[in-house]
Amino acid sequence: VNPVFDLSFALHILPSLAMAAVVTLEMTVAGFAVAVVVGLPLVGLRLFAPRAASALAIGFIELLRGTPLLVQLFFLFFVLPLWGINLPAFGIAVLALGLHYGAYCAEVYRGGIESVPRGQWEAFTALGLRPLVGFFRIILPQALVPVAPALGNYLIALFKETPILSTIAIAELLQRAKEIGSETFRYTEPITLVGLFFLAMSLVSASAIRALERRLKRSPN
Amino acid sequence: MRPGGTYFYVAYLGLVVLLGTMLTVATGSTGFVPILLRGLAVTIEIASMSAVLALIAALVAGLPKAYAPRPVRVAASCYIEVFRGTSALVQLFWLFFVIPNFGIELPPMAAGVLALGLNVGAYGAEIIRGAVLAVPRSQWDASIALGLPWRRTMWRIIFPQAAIAILPSWGNLMIELIKSTSLVSLITLADLAFRTQQLNLATYRTPEIYGLALLMYLALSLLVTIAVRLASARLDRSAERAL
Repeated sequence: VNPVFDLSFALHILPSLAMAAVVTLEMTVAGFAVAVVVGLPLVGLRLFAPRAASALAIGFIELLRGTPLLVQLFFLFFVLPLWGINLPAFGIAVLALGLHYGAYCAEVYRGGIESVPRGQWEAFTALGLRPLVGFFRIILPQALVPVAPALGNYLIALFKETPILSTIAIAELLQRAKEIGSETFRYTEPITLVGLFFLAMSLVSASAIRALERRLKRSPN
Repeated sequence: MRPGGTYFYVAYLGLVVLLGTMLTVATGSTGFVPILLRGLAVTIEIASMSAVLALIAALVAGLPKAYAPRPVRVAASCYIEVFRGTSALVQLFWLFFVIPNFGIELPPMAAGVLALGLNVGAYGAEIIRGAVLAVPRSQWDASIALGLPWRRTMWRIIFPQAAIAILPSWGNLMIELIKSTSLVSLITLADLAFRTQQLNLATYRTPEIYGLALLMYLALSLLVTIAVRLASARLDRSAERAL
């Protein structure tokens, strides 16, 4: 047995880690799907609601962005059942990721919406579109396309925070690595492999986002 | 008071303190506060030390990535990509569980500060690189024409202009750092997250304990936001005067 890094042991645990990687990816996709949706009412309130509601929305966004995901996760995990809401652990995990990153999505949307020229609002009003229809059909599509890379960056950030879910025993990568470590007393291989997996995925997705950015810059609008 | 302006954040901070006090009194949680505050002190301590390390790492990696010859640039990129590309918690566990196998025993505090500092430093390096490269080339040309040496140009001409762009992003990064410090509770350091968890398991008075912890983290983040906004406004004013 190689004391530093045992390749055959690494290969031996690879299938089990690969299965946990699927859970990691599922959590990422589900969490981000919730975040993308949660961001919309938050930005709607922040930009278009009366002052008091707008201030509340900002306060809530800052609360979500200004406190650790780990503590939010524990809060939901321990407090929701006391309020009579019993979700399975993965439901809590997806909700925590979705709320936390929903606040970031709201800020990204805000940047996008504020960058749509005022004339677009006036034009759809002049054409007699109702405000909500105009917003969803005219403003939002123009607001979202340029901020797609920023959203992508938060998708990667969310992906890299999924190891936190191991604290509520979600069977994602780091949790599996810890289990392997405590069963075999070998932490080097599992934790290093998990790190390499995250590195590989991040590099690939970062270059995909750069390609997207170049494409958006090239095409007019 | 414009929602989202500096005064808004000051008022919000006041509200957070008020809410915290009300929550403490209403739920009879006065006994928890000193314990949580001791955790908060550890959180601030770890965040400050990591912030210093992050700043050093960001300068050491960010400036070469902007100006150094290719081999040095590649080395800086490797550091940045590895620490941005792997998860912060994985890095922390790697330093805590794996490094001892190579015969280096890191105390939890050192592992925590090292992991957070290097992680945040990698993000900071990109901020610094972007900001110094955004300073117009003509500033360099002018400095050369005036016969200023490289170091003086960097320190007196380029950096002050880059600082205006760096500061807001750096503030956001510091808030991310404060939030990341909660991860050290998972390697047995008695920070705010750790104390919260400990109190919760001992008393099961979950809503008030976690509520207070969230408010304390929020207060810390708001303080950073306010400080950065004030500092930014000051820098902007002095930049205007200089023009």
